[in-house]
Amino acid sequence: MTSASSTRRVLLVAGGLVFLALVVLLAWGVHRSGDPARDTLPSTLINKPAPKFDLPLLHSPDIRITPETLAGAPYVLNVWGSWCPACAEEHPVLTRFALTKRVRVVGYDWKDKREDALAWLEQRGNPFLLVVTDEDGSAAIDWGVVAAPETFLVDGKGMIRWKHSGPLTDEIIHDELIPRLSRLEQAQ
Amino acid sequence: MLPELGQIALLLALLTAILQAVLPLAGAHRGHVDWMATARPAAYVQLGLVGGAFAILAGAFLANDFSLRYVAENSHSLLPAVYRFCATWGAHEGSLLLWALVLAAWTAAVARFSHALPDAVVARVLGVLGIVSAGFLAFLIFTSDPFERLLPAAVEGGDLNPLLQDPGLIVHPPMLYLGYVGFAVPFAFAIAALLDGRVDARWVRWSRPWTNVAWGFLTLGIVLGSWWAYYELGWGGWWFWDPVENASFMPWLAGAALIHAQATTEKRGSFASWTLLLAIAAFSLSLLGTFLVRSGVLTSVHAFAADPSRGLFVLVLLGLVIGGSLLLYALRAPALEATDGARGAFAPFSRETLLLANNLLLACTFVMVLLGTLYPLLADALDLGKISVGPPYFGLLFALLMAPLVALLPFGPLVRWQREQPRPVLAMLLPWLALALVAGALTFLVAPQGRWKAAAGVTAAAWVAGGTLRFAWQRWRKQGRFTPEMAGMLLAHLGIAVFLIGALLVQALSVQREVALAPGQSVALGRYVFRFDALSESEGPNYLSERADLSVLRDGRTVARLHPEKRRYLGNGQVMTETGIRPSLRDDLYVALGEPLGNGAWAVRVHVKPFVRWIWLGGLLMAMGGFVTAADRRFRKMPDVRKEDSR
Repeated sequence: MTSASSTRRVLLVAGGLVFLALVVLLAWGVHRSGDPARDTLPSTLINKPAPKFDLPLLHSPDIRITPETLAGAPYVLNVWGSWCPACAEEHPVLTRFALTKRVRVVGYDWKDKREDALAWLEQRGNPFLLVVTDEDGSAAIDWGVVAAPETFLVDGKGMIRWKHSGPLTDEIIHDELIPRLSRLEQAQ
Repeated sequence: MLPELGQIALLLALLTAILQAVLPLAGAHRGHVDWMATARPAAYVQLGLVGGAFAILAGAFLANDFSLRYVAENSHSLLPAVYRFCATWGAHEGSLLLWALVLAAWTAAVARFSHALPDAVVARVLGVLGIVSAGFLAFLIFTSDPFERLLPAAVEGGDLNPLLQDPGLIVHPPMLYLGYVGFAVPFAFAIAALLDGRVDARWVRWSRPWTNVAWGFLTLGIVLGSWWAYYELGWGGWWFWDPVENASFMPWLAGAALIHAQATTEKRGSFASWTLLLAIAAFSLSLLGTFLVRSGVLTSVHAFAADPSRGLFVLVLLGLVIGGSLLLYALRAPALEATDGARGAFAPFSRETLLLANNLLLACTFVMVLLGTLYPLLADALDLGKISVGPPYFGLLFALLMAPLVALLPFGPLVRWQREQPRPVLAMLLPWLALALVAGALTFLVAPQGRWKAAAGVTAAAWVAGGTLRFAWQRWRKQGRFTPEMAGMLLAHLGIAVFLIGALLVQALSVQREVALAPGQSVALGRYVFRFDALSESEGPNYLSERADLSVLRDGRTVARLHPEKRRYLGNGQVMTETGIRPSLRDDLYVALGEPLGNGAWAVRVHVKPFVRWIWLGGLLMAMGGFVTAADRRFRKMPDVRKEDSR
């Protein structure tokens, strides 16, 4: 009788623990379900060299830019398009950040018409140090761009260190981008 | 004005539910007859109030009242009236209201048909149902108010998701909910028994038809969902092991186990505490299913809006109901076992053993499905990466667990309670086993492809059907009639045989191709030739359509004309594919339009799906089995019950 009741106690405790673990897991899931980036896969490009491109400048198309041009110090690459409502949404946030001159912010105009892109920047203000254009979107494939806006942080050696899909917010810049940038600067 | 009345009705319903939870339970505990007597009127009043709220919401949809946020988001003035009505439960808020309505209806039905039971039992059962109802009404009112106003009112609605504009949707959620929520009745009985401290065979008998009916509705709901996915999603599949499908499948498995366990407990008095645990499990899995669907915790094709505050509320509700009932079980069940242990003795080869095997296999299966469903979440939580668990895991383990169940099934009804000689039963079934094996071997020789699967399907189906019919014949010879209980069991078991044919043969023998076709061109597939005749444009009530005309020829004769469509809905510009299907018990011919490729050519996906209808036919037979069993008058006779306080 005593052994039966002790078995029962073990079962009871084990069952209780399993149930608690289940509740904790589901609570964690609920907490995560509010995160819009929950289902984005981590980019495979993190800690890999930035893919090559050779693209014209938006404002003077006869000048071409490659990642080597930008090497030497970290830069932020922001993929946008004049056709993209979420890019317009993040534009004030990005502008505020660029104005701090913390890091070079490079624009990557993706699948866009030149005149549309110029008009868009004219109207909203140009936060970018320079803007490269990728009209047919072929170079962006190597960067794994599937939707605009996307933002990459590239270090001085040309390695991708961070990526964000979707519009930037002040929180993301503050909590994710700037700490990583500081670490890069310290490491240099 | 009316929507505000709806809100008030919901608030009053919540108060009634709280009353229905507190007074009868306290009354049953203390022996106050007049407190217990409040349970029934409270149940009826609650049904009236929730029903009224539901009618008001449905009325707002029919009247295109876009001043309600929920209506504006999920309807459109061009939407046909029948879909406007169904849009009532097309999204989160209304779907929860339907949940509450179904629960109120079940509760009222229990109140109405329970006059043969002791007052204290009725009071406890209705009280437990009141607790559940109060929880869900609070969820509805505090996080998901369907009557929220939109200021200023929208001019036009955002339209119902076109995927849901379909006859399948009209009945799929209500059926599913009737099943899900129906398990609340055996659950309430289990809790009542635990509170009372004893399991009475008469109450088990009385709750059996409820389990059977709930399980039957759940089966219908799942069958409809599967059928809808088959013709609406255009992939030609009928089951995807999607988290939301799993959410409905887990209570189904638990319910199937419960049906068998209840029969054992009622007839033999054995497994009483196991039956109570299964009743708790079946309803807990229904709640978990509701949680998984409604909280957006898991990523799914049913992707519903994720709102952490809602998820948290259901989680707390879930934790309280499931945790509370399991705790009660842990505290009270040992005492129950001690009282009914004497009747439970049985030999290794007996019907009890077989039913125990049935229960363990079904329980393992729902645990397996639960693990597979939650594993991606666990992997993400432990930072093991993003993982999706799909058909390879589920399919393999499901087949492994179901194979012994199918192998043992014909023995179940033929073997006697308590003790049986193996030899005569084996002798009785041996010819049928031989027949099944021969049929399988013939299939193996004839099948053009997928020989092993096809042979396995035919063998398993012939074995189940043969064994079941053998039992039916024996019973008929002895008694000359079937009780509804018996007939229901036979129907459900034959349904399994029919389902096995469908599920395995469609997997073994399906053929499909994706081709580019321009008008006049054709493609051969199996025994058929699909010819693309023409493409035309037309206008539906709320969409524009491009419709293809295809002829299907066999041996030069036209056997079918198919009309797959590509629709663009005007409300929100969404594009939908409507498949063209020629249904048949033998070969389903199935065409879905892909993208236009220029020069009049289209990407077209053509399938030939042999025996796919048998899957749903089998499901229908199983559901019918549940309903027929429930109709047995034996469950409603309570000859030796005195209306008395049973404390």
